[in-house]
Amino acid sequence: MTALTQSVALARESGVAARIAPSKTGDRLFQGLSYASALLVLLVLAGILGSIVYGAWPAFAEFGFGFLTSSAWNIGTEQYGALPAVIGTVAAALLALVIGVPISLGIAIYLTQLCPGWARKPVAMTIELLASVPSIIYGMWGLFVFAPLFARFVQVPVSNVVEGLPIVGTLLYARIPSGVGVLTAGIILAIMIVPFVASITRDMLDQIPTVLRESAYGIGCTTWEVVRHVLVPQASVSIIGAIMLGLGRALGETMAVTFVIGNANRLSASIFDPGSTIASRIANEFNEADGLQLSSLMALGCLLFIITFIVLIVARLLVRRTKVA
Amino acid sequence: MDATNHITTTAQAPGPAPRASRVRSGRRIADRILIVASTLATLLGIIVLGSILLMLIVEGVKGFTPALFTAPTPGPGSEGGGIANAILGSLIMTFIGIVIATPIGLMAGTFLAEYGKTSKIADVIRFLNDVLLSAPSILIGLFVYTLMVRPMGTYSGWAGAVALAIIAVPVIVRTTEDMLRLVPSPMREAGAALGAPRSLVIRAITWRAASAGIVTGIILALARIAGETAPLLFTALNNNSWFNANLLGGVPNLPVMIYQFALSPYPNWQSLAWAGALLITVTILALSVTARFVIKEQRQR
Amino acid sequence: MSASPAIRSQLDGRNPADHAAPVRIAVKDLNFYYGQFHGLKNINLDFRDRQVTALIGPSGCGKSTLLRTFNRIYSLYPEQRAEGQILLDGQNVLDPKIDLNELRSRIGMVFQKPTPFPMSIYDNVAFGLRLYEKLPKAELDVRVEESLRKAALWDEVKDKLKQSGMGLSGGQQQRLCIARTVAQRPEVILFDEPTSALDPISTGRIEELIEQLRSEFTIVIVTHNMQQAARISQFTAFMYLGELIEFDATSKIFMNPAKRQTQDYITGRFG
Repeated sequence: MTALTQSVALARESGVAARIAPSKTGDRLFQGLSYASALLVLLVLAGILGSIVYGAWPAFAEFGFGFLTSSAWNIGTEQYGALPAVIGTVAAALLALVIGVPISLGIAIYLTQLCPGWARKPVAMTIELLASVPSIIYGMWGLFVFAPLFARFVQVPVSNVVEGLPIVGTLLYARIPSGVGVLTAGIILAIMIVPFVASITRDMLDQIPTVLRESAYGIGCTTWEVVRHVLVPQASVSIIGAIMLGLGRALGETMAVTFVIGNANRLSASIFDPGSTIASRIANEFNEADGLQLSSLMALGCLLFIITFIVLIVARLLVRRTKVA
Repeated sequence: MDATNHITTTAQAPGPAPRASRVRSGRRIADRILIVASTLATLLGIIVLGSILLMLIVEGVKGFTPALFTAPTPGPGSEGGGIANAILGSLIMTFIGIVIATPIGLMAGTFLAEYGKTSKIADVIRFLNDVLLSAPSILIGLFVYTLMVRPMGTYSGWAGAVALAIIAVPVIVRTTEDMLRLVPSPMREAGAALGAPRSLVIRAITWRAASAGIVTGIILALARIAGETAPLLFTALNNNSWFNANLLGGVPNLPVMIYQFALSPYPNWQSLAWAGALLITVTILALSVTARFVIKEQRQR
Repeated sequence: MSASPAIRSQLDGRNPADHAAPVRIAVKDLNFYYGQFHGLKNINLDFRDRQVTALIGPSGCGKSTLLRTFNRIYSLYPEQRAEGQILLDGQNVLDPKIDLNELRSRIGMVFQKPTPFPMSIYDNVAFGLRLYEKLPKAELDVRVEESLRKAALWDEVKDKLKQSGMGLSGGQQQRLCIARTVAQRPEVILFDEPTSALDPISTGRIEELIEQLRSEFTIVIVTHNMQQAARISQFTAFMYLGELIEFDATSKIFMNPAKRQTQDYITGRFG
């Protein structure tokens, strides 16, 4: 008996001795590689900012602060200013929010509160698929489908009505009712941000405990009251974050806007008139530009970087982690 | 007692004296408006997607000829031709882009989920990655232009692929991290308890457990970059013939081709643009739908 | 006063505790912290070779924490740390210079919920083997079969070794995890409430298995089920609020505990 236990013990000992430890270097290498990859993300962001500032430097040096306030864009005299593009960018993005946010909230409320169970998934999927349609397709849709309809049924009648009136007569008058312009860009952008804002808002509303909802319905609240007094206050911060995220997208969106904004370099008081955004101007002119024009475009890019990153940072702070947008 | 209170009144009819409804008409109207408005908003979304697809099919199918997939893009104002060069260019750049982005995104996502749970730098990277996820893609085009096109003195497919990779990385990082976090920690503990080094636990166990989710991230990234136009404008540009095998010089690609041809005055070019638009949209929608089904499988595990 | 008749009946006919068996793990002045929280306080305890030692106590008493120090699995989480000594065959496990992976290959662990890896049944068992031993295919097959037999799973899975381990039932998955652990031929096996997620029949099979494994391994099991502790262990340690209250032969703990708190716990007055 003793002999047997001893031999077992011996076998065990030899088994231990025979063990080969896996190499430590592989482990360290793997960790190092993953760390390096993560750092690369930081590096890319720094690289984007660095390269744009580097490219923009001549323009900033030449025009200084006046670059922001000048509305000149003259290739012949080499005078460049950012004002029309910045205003166009902000105007189109704000219009997009004004139009897109109510629609997004409506969709989120429909999906979480009203939609019959069987339809929820297909409807949600349809809305989310809108997010994956490439922006260039929205541009084509906007230019070839939406703009003609918009010119015929909105721009022309509205222009006829408001002509000569104070304020609205300027704001809503289309000199050439072609369907393209700042408002059209705003509408297309609205459609593009709806899926993002709607799906984040929906997730936020879904996260609110059902008990809360049920107890509100339980004391006789209507859907409107549940949404207005229970759900929206609970999720408000995240919803604002989602809206900011949509704003960030709208500000930087390029191709769809380039198709429908009309690409005019001048400022106009009417939202029916063509304009341009920072992104659309870069897309239009960058390849033919050199010298001061090129660095002015880079300077525009720099402004876009600053505006969108501030908006996106605020948005992410508000939304924290939701889902892959 | 107005008509809107009809239901409430009948419900209370058996009572001795019919009380006034407790639901004021103002509440009711607000409720109705909300229901109608949110239903309309959803319908609007569905109509827009439907109308985009309809437009693409109506206009795009006309351009679908065998030559579309065999002939390169024709010169301005000429007849016939196809978009084979743009399709191939897009495929090659998207492929290179995803090949560059996948290992970087996978490793960075792994760092965030496995090694960097508590580190400050990981928090910063996680946050900035989320910001990068929705950064304007045209800025990435400007970056790669400065980084590659200007020093190399020529537009190239390589620059295009790098720009696409930069857009794909944050998507892969984010999904990889999210999916790895879904893997229960006892799984990692069990691996470690067998004496497996951490890197092996990650490679052989956690990655495998999260594989469907990670693949979804890669598919989503593919769908995202396949239709990107803005970053290619200043990197790969376009070109109306076959491109160099070394990918130097302009490399034709679907998005930029669509952009240029759709805005051109030539009907032949426009019809090719529509065909390309249909092709690219159907591909991307198919990728997105696939990704959704794969991720569902992951979540069910 | 001793434990309820239900528990006492479990003690009948059990192998008596072998107080002379050599000490395999000696815990000396062990303290454990989760950040600021003092999870284990001055634990001193010996675990004897080829004996089953049960750790019992109410939830949060530190029994799982103690178990998790033996293979230092807690070190996966940076905010957790241990002080003191845990001697495995005289070697201090808490020594920072020790090779953790090698240590863990000598101390197996089975978790509360079954944790099959997302790979085939065969690969699950071979996973640990391949780490530390370079075996030819034929020998690997032998070891996998031997391990599955020891875990009383062979007959159920021998025809589907290539199928995923995730497809097995909960009880089978847990036995697969035991096979995976046994395959490495560890010296000690730690069980962390291995049956709490299982149905009574699967639980019974796991308990039988633990009884069989005792002939080869030193076993430590955390359980919140006192009857289970009475059924399968030779020694029992009762813990409360991070302290070791009493440690003795299982029969002594359940029939004639020395401490008031132990008595209250085994008679069901608290916990």
